[in-house]
Amino acid sequence: MGLGQLASRALLRSTRLAASKPHHLLLRRAVVSTPELHNSEAAAVEAQPEPDLPKRTPVAGARVHFPNPDDAIEVFVDGYPVKIPKGMTVLQACVIAGVDIPRFCYHDRLSIAGNCRMCLVEVEKSPKPVASCAMPALPGMKIKTDTPLAKKAREGVMEFLLMNHPLDCPICDQGGECDLQDQSMAFGSDRGRFTETKRSVVDKNLGPLVKTVMTRCIQCTRCVRFASEIAGVQDLGMLGRGSGEEIGTYVEKLMTSELSGNVIDICPVGALTSKPFAFKARNWELKGTESIDVTDAVGSNIRIDSRGPEVMRIVPRLNEDINEEWISDKTRFFYDGLKRQRLNDPMIRGADGRFKAVSWRDALAVVAEVIHQVRPQEIVGVAGKLSDAESMMALKDFLNKMGSNNIWCEGNGPSPNADLRSGYIMNTSISGLEKADVFLLVGTQPRVEAAMVNARIRKTVRATNAKVGYVGPSADFNYDHEHLGTGPETLTELAEGRHPFCSALSNAKNPAIIIGAGIFGRKDKDAIFSVVEAIAKNVNAVRPDWNGLNVLLLNAAQAAALDLGLVPESDKSIESAKFIYLMGADDENVDKLPDDAFVVYQGHHGDRGVYRANVILPASAFTEKEGTYANTEGCAQTTVPAVPTVGDARDDWKIIRALSEVAGVPLPYNTLSGIRSRIGIVAPNLLHVDEREPAAFSSAFLRPEVKDKPDKTPFERAVDNFYMTDSITRASKIMAQCSALLSKK
Amino acid sequence: MLARASQRLLQIRQAFRQLPQASRSFSTALNYHIDSPDNNPDLPWEFTDANKEKVKEIISHYPSNYKQSAVIPLLDLAQQQHGGWLPVSAMDHVAKIIEVAPIRVYEVATFYSMFNRTKVGKYHLLVCGTTPCMIRGSREIEDALLKHLGVKRNEVTKDGLFSVGEMECMGCCVNAPMITVADYSSGSEGYTYNYYEDVTPKRVVEIVEALRRGEKPPRGTQNPKRINSGPEGGNTTLLGEPKAPPCRDLDAC
Repeated sequence: MGLGQLASRALLRSTRLAASKPHHLLLRRAVVSTPELHNSEAAAVEAQPEPDLPKRTPVAGARVHFPNPDDAIEVFVDGYPVKIPKGMTVLQACVIAGVDIPRFCYHDRLSIAGNCRMCLVEVEKSPKPVASCAMPALPGMKIKTDTPLAKKAREGVMEFLLMNHPLDCPICDQGGECDLQDQSMAFGSDRGRFTETKRSVVDKNLGPLVKTVMTRCIQCTRCVRFASEIAGVQDLGMLGRGSGEEIGTYVEKLMTSELSGNVIDICPVGALTSKPFAFKARNWELKGTESIDVTDAVGSNIRIDSRGPEVMRIVPRLNEDINEEWISDKTRFFYDGLKRQRLNDPMIRGADGRFKAVSWRDALAVVAEVIHQVRPQEIVGVAGKLSDAESMMALKDFLNKMGSNNIWCEGNGPSPNADLRSGYIMNTSISGLEKADVFLLVGTQPRVEAAMVNARIRKTVRATNAKVGYVGPSADFNYDHEHLGTGPETLTELAEGRHPFCSALSNAKNPAIIIGAGIFGRKDKDAIFSVVEAIAKNVNAVRPDWNGLNVLLLNAAQAAALDLGLVPESDKSIESAKFIYLMGADDENVDKLPDDAFVVYQGHHGDRGVYRANVILPASAFTEKEGTYANTEGCAQTTVPAVPTVGDARDDWKIIRALSEVAGVPLPYNTLSGIRSRIGIVAPNLLHVDEREPAAFSSAFLRPEVKDKPDKTPFERAVDNFYMTDSITRASKIMAQCSALLSKK
Repeated sequence: MLARASQRLLQIRQAFRQLPQASRSFSTALNYHIDSPDNNPDLPWEFTDANKEKVKEIISHYPSNYKQSAVIPLLDLAQQQHGGWLPVSAMDHVAKIIEVAPIRVYEVATFYSMFNRTKVGKYHLLVCGTTPCMIRGSREIEDALLKHLGVKRNEVTKDGLFSVGEMECMGCCVNAPMITVADYSSGSEGYTYNYYEDVTPKRVVEIVEALRRGEKPPRGTQNPKRINSGPEGGNTTLLGEPKAPPCRDLDAC
């Protein structure tokens, strides 16, 4: 190509850019402005903004938080003045000013790498374009994001990035949600000058969850930083140099993190994609439903992407208070369990021991007949791990009407204490854990019990060097911790001030004590609680401004069940039961049941519960119904139906409502709003959806005194296999692969 | 429009014809590890007792909370001890000493081309391939070496004595072309890293043969008419004592 031709082409492009500029600005100006949202102070100081510059809104509703109002500085982005706190980068200033800077390597929650160079902007009096993600904003800086220089810089960077990037968008799973694709459309050139062959890189085996096509990698190092900073596994690294540079583990190694799936989301290109989702669907074919996760007690916010009747994938949704923007691998990949081992039809076990599909009418009639033949105190109801508040309310009301009060939720133990809400929720709140400076983990392994809470603790430990003391069996941690002991006698030592860790606890400003819900099953639970409360009192962990006494629950249903008062009358009720109603309860020990007991299993999966069942009533899973769940910090959230239910299954509460009708004791509600107003009488906090309601009184001051001492038995692990904890995850093939390959033995 | 497109196509075709894309040669080896009997993470690896003292000395140069700064000197020491290359177990051992994850050491070892992650000869010959040396005939030097030893680049001779690699500029352009001989024949104690400058295809073969006989050929320029990097046949300028610098009379100020 001749020089003249090149010059004419460059000229052509620059004129085209100039021509398109006013149009571009016009579009941006159409954005509705709410100045008080982003810089109220600036608006107040400058009562008269420049008349020819209409206001812009921050990108994605970003808010500015001024830790110290004196530290505010003013910079100008494309002529717009913005007030930002000292220490912010140029890129953050642009975001506040409403200009979205293209970027690949920069990520809000990771350290700054500054190696993709896509975020170049022009700064007045600076000789070269500036990488805005790594440049601190200085007072009076005049940043220009829309100049020919910035545009040319982006175009050049994009050309270099695309040089070695394969042209396989049509067969790439990231297609349609690819940062590189989007940004090359917006900022790239329509042609490149590279005619050599592209480099190719050997694909890595990162395990059953993450598929790698390393040729597509643009070396942004987001995954390396995520693995070492957030997930806490130092496995990934940047190997080699120059054009031979590649991401890898060097030695053959799987990524054994419970958060590894998040690298799929942060990868800006298609280098790391979901292995189970590979070649299944395009993202524009999917219907997104904003729901919550029920596989643990965290209640991570998720988006269920479905196509027709099938859940295709699950991705996280931003919620700063609960899961930030990450989810655990169990949450992300258990969805294939929703398609397997489902219960489609009501079934009755015949005389030959085989199940026979029957109609709803027949099944309910049989159950209603049997329930009237047993004495009320022989009726027992158990709610499963995944039960929503509505169905637990209906079950409790129904069994109460039948004269029984033997109803509980599995995981809460034989004699749960539901009197004081602060005695079973995470009082500090998940995001509040970031303010803690010393952690004491009692019989809990947060990494397997609640991966997102563990991520939060790790974040705190990394940011503030908070100390972590752990009492329990040997466990896997991804942050520095002290293993103080294995049993309750260590707690007694701590309470009496004889343990070396006491000084760390008592010197702490905000100590956080986290008790695992695994101890709910212990006989000496009350004694342990009183010892822990004594520790809390000694170290001043419960104050008006800080409540550091927490319980970390295991299951999604637990908090709501205790809120609703699902407490059994006697802890021996299962041995004398003649009629037991298992509402999705699979982990309850049914061996102790008398042989002539009649077992009704209502649930969505043919799991452990059905082996002993006499009647099966098919229910819908959490992706198919609307239900309220309270998470471990006491925040009520609702699921939303994303896909139609399978076969003849019905919502849990509807089945119980119908059964009550057949049994002749109709419940006084027919609609979801009816049942919710009933919940509102029992536990009003469950109706305040998406709002965390703190517990009013601390259990430390109201609990009756416990005289007996905790026994010497060491604490046990509450969760053996992180990947398989409930009926859905046990049915999942992907989870089975994960537990075979990734769980540490 | 059509004419331009066809013209562009022609250009592309021409570009491909001119550049035979046989193989792109990288000076570095593979960026991932393949287990082999003499290189796998299960092999034990330790510093020798003498080198353990050296390790202590090296680590003492750095603050105790920045032990990881010692990664390059330690890898270098490990490489000298292990006959010029770093097995993965040596890298793991270094990672253990400086208390970082092994991958952080792998990153460093793969980044620097002077760390060899595959076997090299006792005498590792490195030919400079950067422009000044290339203009002065480094290609011929390399060809002569490879032909004489009967190996390919980065391959070890059968007797395990020699291997030939390429390096980028080693700062000896004034005496180009040059080769470096990394001598791993006597462990980290007798380790030398000598430059042989102003070499010719004939001279490098002589050097190789001398090394094979166990001699130590004199390092530096191989041109007898030159002294270090001075001009051939003696100095032509700066013959007298240089004048003292003006206006540096410190007493006067």
